[in-house]
Amino acid sequence: MNRRDLLKFITAATGVAFVGGKALAYENLPVVPLSDTGFSKEDVAFFNELGEVIIPRTDTPGAKDADVGSCMAVLVADCYHPTMQKTFKEGLVTLKKRAEKEYGKDFLLLSAEQKMELLSALDEEAKAYNAKKGIYGDVAMSNPNAGAPWDEELVAPHYFSLIKQLVLFSFFTSQVGATKVLRYVAIPTKYEDIPYKKGDRAWAT
Amino acid sequence: MASNTYDAIVVGSGISGGWAAKELTEKGLKVLMLERGQNIEHVKDYINAHKESWDYPHRGLATQDMKETYPALSRDYPLNEMTLGMWANEQESPYIEKERFDWYRAYQMGGRSLLWGRQSYRLNPEDFMANGKEGIAVDWPIRYEDLSPWYDYVEKYAGISGTREGLSVLPDGHFMPPIPLNAVEKDVAARVKKAFGGSRHFIHSRSANITQGINDIRVGCQFRNKCWLGCPFGGYFSTQSSTLPAAMATGNLTVRPFSIVKEIKYDKDKKRATGVEIIDAETNETYEFNSKIVFVNASAFNSAWLLMNSATDVWEGGLGSSSGELGHNVMDHHFRVGASASVEGYEDSYYFGRRPAGFYVPRFRNWDGDKRDYVRGFGYQGSASRAGWRKDIAELGLGSNLKDAISEPGDWTIGMTAFGEMLPHHDNRIFLDKNKKDKWGLPVLTMDVKIRENEYKMRKDMQKDAVEMFEAAGLKNVQGYDVDYAPGMGIHEMGTARMGRDPKSSVLNKHNQVWDAPNVFVTDGAAMTSASCVNPSLTYMAMTARAADFAVDELKKGNL
Repeated sequence: MNRRDLLKFITAATGVAFVGGKALAYENLPVVPLSDTGFSKEDVAFFNELGEVIIPRTDTPGAKDADVGSCMAVLVADCYHPTMQKTFKEGLVTLKKRAEKEYGKDFLLLSAEQKMELLSALDEEAKAYNAKKGIYGDVAMSNPNAGAPWDEELVAPHYFSLIKQLVLFSFFTSQVGATKVLRYVAIPTKYEDIPYKKGDRAWAT
Repeated sequence: MASNTYDAIVVGSGISGGWAAKELTEKGLKVLMLERGQNIEHVKDYINAHKESWDYPHRGLATQDMKETYPALSRDYPLNEMTLGMWANEQESPYIEKERFDWYRAYQMGGRSLLWGRQSYRLNPEDFMANGKEGIAVDWPIRYEDLSPWYDYVEKYAGISGTREGLSVLPDGHFMPPIPLNAVEKDVAARVKKAFGGSRHFIHSRSANITQGINDIRVGCQFRNKCWLGCPFGGYFSTQSSTLPAAMATGNLTVRPFSIVKEIKYDKDKKRATGVEIIDAETNETYEFNSKIVFVNASAFNSAWLLMNSATDVWEGGLGSSSGELGHNVMDHHFRVGASASVEGYEDSYYFGRRPAGFYVPRFRNWDGDKRDYVRGFGYQGSASRAGWRKDIAELGLGSNLKDAISEPGDWTIGMTAFGEMLPHHDNRIFLDKNKKDKWGLPVLTMDVKIRENEYKMRKDMQKDAVEMFEAAGLKNVQGYDVDYAPGMGIHEMGTARMGRDPKSSVLNKHNQVWDAPNVFVTDGAAMTSASCVNPSLTYMAMTARAADFAVDELKKGNL
């Protein structure tokens, strides 16, 4: 089979796979509507604001472009252990209060510099807090689904580590993050060594 | 011929069942293949095969609800949103753990042939003799030479990528071009060779991912590394891509999904099976099918389960229990121990594509004059890669610096995990629990399996040797690990109806026939007399093709 035939085959296979109809074995789960997450549109907008501080738009898209907020709401609702949910939700309240206390304003009304200043402080506090709790490794880089329903002694990290974790995971698994910021080739057809020069982007997976 | 009568019945549609169906139909037999789960049609039913992370509601992750539904599966990586539904439902089909046992079952057309690791190695001649020499369990009734032509046969059809190395510990076979090693792996291979004077080998893995197209169904591996979603390119060996199309092409195969075989019907006067009784998993109706021979390929534990539930009016413990060994001698491969290291340099090197396999280090312990305080050995599987966005960036804070830093590949790291041989031990067993029933009112299995002294001693070397090899290769930050192993995690269950030379100490003879019913053949992992340390599926393929050839010969001679 030459490359042209292969492309035809890929197109055909792709079409068939999507037209499949009744889901038989692999479960085709529906998109989770926001109303099922317990979060509001305002919450999602707030998550996107937090996300944009952590992963801003530069010469490439940022967290808002990827709408990390919608993904974060679903991950917290369905993938987070109750202990993490509680820490995350209480953390949001704490964060908002802290903005009011330190800057006399709602977080959303802070300047970009003020947002960065506040979240950077929280990032430092989170590191110290996690170390004190004996939580090693970078929580922000782990999957946002630790623990199972029957785990009763799960130790939650600092809430800001959870925010950062949700933003990074939601961003780099999004289409925007994986294809416009990182690199992704759906059907590579081969594996080979290639040269690398500083500045080249990493593969998404 | 009545509609419920066939020449042969094959119980199960996974790797070995698919081979049984192919071989028997190609030799002209009318075959009924029974699958307890749903049908999965090649390509059409691989509904996630072209999805990307962003197409999944939870980006591929297991949710808390999924963990609640699949508590055993949730203990390790196989539970995720991408392959959800491909694993047996633990609520409908429970089992009992006297000792923890992680049982990964795929109740569907193709079984675990859709969900396997694809690593494909031959056992070596010593593997077939070690039990006999060391006085462990029983001697294999066959030798490497018995299986060698059948390894040739199945490798040519299945398509195994790899390299010929001329090593006695890992016999060569018929290989397609290998899945490439990357720049770092090639250099580490050279350094290992230099450091160990050729006594340890760092080679390409041998994998049932095809690197050359075979036909319009089997186009070849596209290096997407999405094998477990079902491959629309037929890039790896599965029942659907490989054996089923061949069996269907003969016109001799009938496939019946949703068919739970509850017992093999046995004629005690003729000492022969007469067929099987099934429950339709959807309607709960029972049906009988008759045949001259029965191939049992339900996977090691369920094949033993089926024998335990058959001919119970003759033997309380079921067909094959007269040996006292049915359900005993459970083996798996113990693993989750090895080492990782960072690799300095190579900043100007990267790779394109996503491989479905990496490198392999064949067994070197208790080999070629080496002698340890345990018997048998282990091999390593691993790979080298550059860190992706998930790297330790704690010091980088937030914002554009963070974004830039994690958008570039990080340093190279390398890791390898040992897979060790587990000895057959009579007390490692599964047995029926008559009180607990599954959704269809059938008794469920209790697992009572542990790793023991030999495995614990071996695990020390499995970690230490990995560290030693990486250090000898000049790698930095070498970290050994042992993250614990529970039986079953290797997904290589074996030994529950072992082959042997004596009906008093084995369930099957040298042709995989049940001693007490010579027209019943068991050719999956249940038949294994010892485990070797290499991945076992290729051996099931070879064993099945060999037994099918023998069965048809015997049928023709009127011996069955």
